[in-house]
Amino acid sequence: MTRYFARKFATYALAFWFGATIDWLIPRLMPGDPVQAYLNKFAVGSGGTVAPGTWQKLYAVFSKAFGLNVPLWDQYWHFWDGVLHGNMGVSIYDFPTPVIHLIKDAIPYTLALLVPAIVLSYILGNRVGALAARRKVLDNTVLPVGYVFQASPYPWLALAMAFFLAAVLHWFPVQGGYSETLVPGANWTFMWSAAQHWFLPFLTIFLVSFGGWAIGMRNLVIYELETDYARYLRSLGASERLVRKYAYRNAVLPQLSGLALALGVVIGGNIVTEIVFHYPGLGYLIYEAITDQDYFLLQGIFLFIILGVCIANFVIDIVYVIIDPRVRISMQGANA
Amino acid sequence: MSLIPAESSVLEQTEAGAPQAAPVPGGPAVPVTPSRVTGRRWEFLYFAVRNKKLMFGLSVELVFVLAAIFGPFLAPYGPGKFVAPAHLHPSLQHWFGTTYFGEDVFSQTLYALRDSYLVGFLGALFAATVGLVVGFTAGWRGGLLDDILQMVTNIIVMIPALVLLIVIGAYLKTHSAVFEGIFIGLTTWPWVARAVRAQTFTLKERDFVDLARLSGKRGFSIVTKEIAPNMASYLFLVFILLFASSMLIAVSYDFLGLGPTNSVSLGDMMNNAMLWSSLLLHTWWWFIPPGAVMTIMVAALLIANVGLDEVFNPKLRDM
Repeated sequence: MTRYFARKFATYALAFWFGATIDWLIPRLMPGDPVQAYLNKFAVGSGGTVAPGTWQKLYAVFSKAFGLNVPLWDQYWHFWDGVLHGNMGVSIYDFPTPVIHLIKDAIPYTLALLVPAIVLSYILGNRVGALAARRKVLDNTVLPVGYVFQASPYPWLALAMAFFLAAVLHWFPVQGGYSETLVPGANWTFMWSAAQHWFLPFLTIFLVSFGGWAIGMRNLVIYELETDYARYLRSLGASERLVRKYAYRNAVLPQLSGLALALGVVIGGNIVTEIVFHYPGLGYLIYEAITDQDYFLLQGIFLFIILGVCIANFVIDIVYVIIDPRVRISMQGANA
Repeated sequence: MSLIPAESSVLEQTEAGAPQAAPVPGGPAVPVTPSRVTGRRWEFLYFAVRNKKLMFGLSVELVFVLAAIFGPFLAPYGPGKFVAPAHLHPSLQHWFGTTYFGEDVFSQTLYALRDSYLVGFLGALFAATVGLVVGFTAGWRGGLLDDILQMVTNIIVMIPALVLLIVIGAYLKTHSAVFEGIFIGLTTWPWVARAVRAQTFTLKERDFVDLARLSGKRGFSIVTKEIAPNMASYLFLVFILLFASSMLIAVSYDFLGLGPTNSVSLGDMMNNAMLWSSLLLHTWWWFIPPGAVMTIMVAALLIANVGLDEVFNPKLRDM
C-alpha cells in the first residue's frame, strides 16, 4: 500500500515540478520584455513622452516590483519560495493586484462548473450507457444523441446554447457570472442570479462529457456481457439484472482510468466555454491574460491548473483502489 | 471526453482475433496460414459492406472529404474577400449568409475543411507513431525502461497542453495547420502508449511469441511481425479516434486564437462571430454552420468507428 502510493506520489511531485518549471519559463521565454510591455501600455516609450532618465528609473522600479532585477537562478528560487507561500507576484494588466487575489476570486466559479459537470456526467453517462447496451430501443436513441454531443466542439455547443436558450428564448442570461447590478455576497438574490448564469455553461460541459461516457460505457458493457463469466452466470440461471450488475462493475474500471486521461480535454473545454459565456472563472481570466499579455497572471493560473490536475489524479487513484478489489487485495499482499 | 477506447475492449479484441492454431514447428511462428489470412480479409470485407453504421459513416465522411479537396475550386468567393453587404441572411446567393465584414460564410467554411482534415491526419499520425513506439518499447522491454517511460507518460498527461502551446506559439510568430497538427499529435499520445503497452504485456506471454523467441528472432522483428499484426484492427480504430479528437482539439485552439495564423479555420470563424457580437445581433449563420459541419464530420467518424469495431469483432456483430 505505502509503496504504491509512494510511487504515485513521486510521479505527482515530478509532474508538478516539471509543469511548474515550464510555467515559470512563460514570462521569461516570451518575446519582448514584460516590464517594457507594461510601460508601453501607458505610452511611456523610451523615445518621447518622458525625460530620458525617468524611463530608466521607472524601468528599474517595475523590474523590482516584478522581481525581474535579479539573476535567473535567484528568480527561480524566488518563484518556488513564492509558490510555497502562495505569492505569485503581481498582475500586469490589473497592476498592482496580486495574481493570487485574481485567482482566488475566479476559482469558485471554475470549480462550480467543473466539479459537478465532471462528476454528474461520469455517473449519469455510465448509468445510461450501461442501460442502453444490448437494448434495441434505448440503444437506438441514446447512441445517436451521444454521438452528436461527443462530436460537438465545445465552443460551438456553448455558442449554440447561448444563442437558442438565452439570446432567442431568454430563458437564461447570455453572459457573465451574475447580474451586473449585484455585488457578490452570501445572499439569496445573488445566489439565484449566480445559479441562473451558471446553468448554461455547466450544461455545455456536462453534455459533451456525458455523450462520451455513455458511448464508452455502452461498448464496454456489451463486451462484458459476452465474456465467459457472464455466460457462465447466465447458464447457472442468474437473472439478467445480476449479470448486468457484474458487467457494470467490470466495465466501470477502464472508464475510471479514462477519466484521468480525459481531464485535460475537459479543462480545455471548460476554458473555451467560460470564454463564450464571459463566465468569471479561470478560463476567462486566461483569455484576458492572453489578450493583455499578462504572463505573470497566466503563470499563476496555470500553476493552479497543474495543481488541480495532480489532485484530481490522486483522487482518481484512491477511488480506483477502493472500487477494484483486485488492486486492493494485491496491495495488502506481502510484497506489493 | 472519452474518445478513449477502454483497455478491456482491447483485450477482448485480441482474444477474439488471436489465432488458436499451433504454429508450424521449425518454421518462423506464423500465427495463421496465409490462405487463412486472405480468407479473413474477405470475411472482414463481407461484414464491412453489410454494416450499416460503417457504410453510413463512411459515405457522410466521403462527402466532406470531397468537399475539402474540391472546395477551394468550387467556392464562389475567396475566404477573406469582402464580397457583399454585412450580415446578409442565408440566401441562394450566399448559402450561409455573410459576416459582419461581408465575407461569404459558405466559402469560408469550404476553405476551412482542408485544414481541419490536415490537422486531424497529422495529429493522428504523430500521436499514433509516438504512442506505438513508447507503448511497444515499454511493454516489450519491461523493467526499468518501462518504469521510466510510464513516468514520462504520466507526466505528459498532467501538463496542460495549452501552456506549451502558448509558450511555443509566442515564439513562432506565424504558424500553420501543419504545426498545429504536429503539436496536437505530440501532446495526445499518452493514452495510445498506455493501451499499446497493456496489450503488448498480455500478447508477449503467448505461445507464438515464445516460439518466435526460441527461433532466434530479434526483439524488433517479434514486435513488428508477431505482436503488432495481432493489434492491427485495434490500431486502426485508434487511428480513427485520434483523427476525430485532433480535429476537435484544433477547434478549441483556433477558437482561443492560438491556431494557424495564415488561414481561416472553423474555430476562427466561431471566434470572430463571438468577438463581433454575433450572439446579441442574432447572426446565427456565422457560427452555427462551421460548428455543425465539424460535428457532422466527427460524428460520422465515430459512427464508422463503431461499425468497424463490429466488423473486426465477431462478438459485437449480431445484435
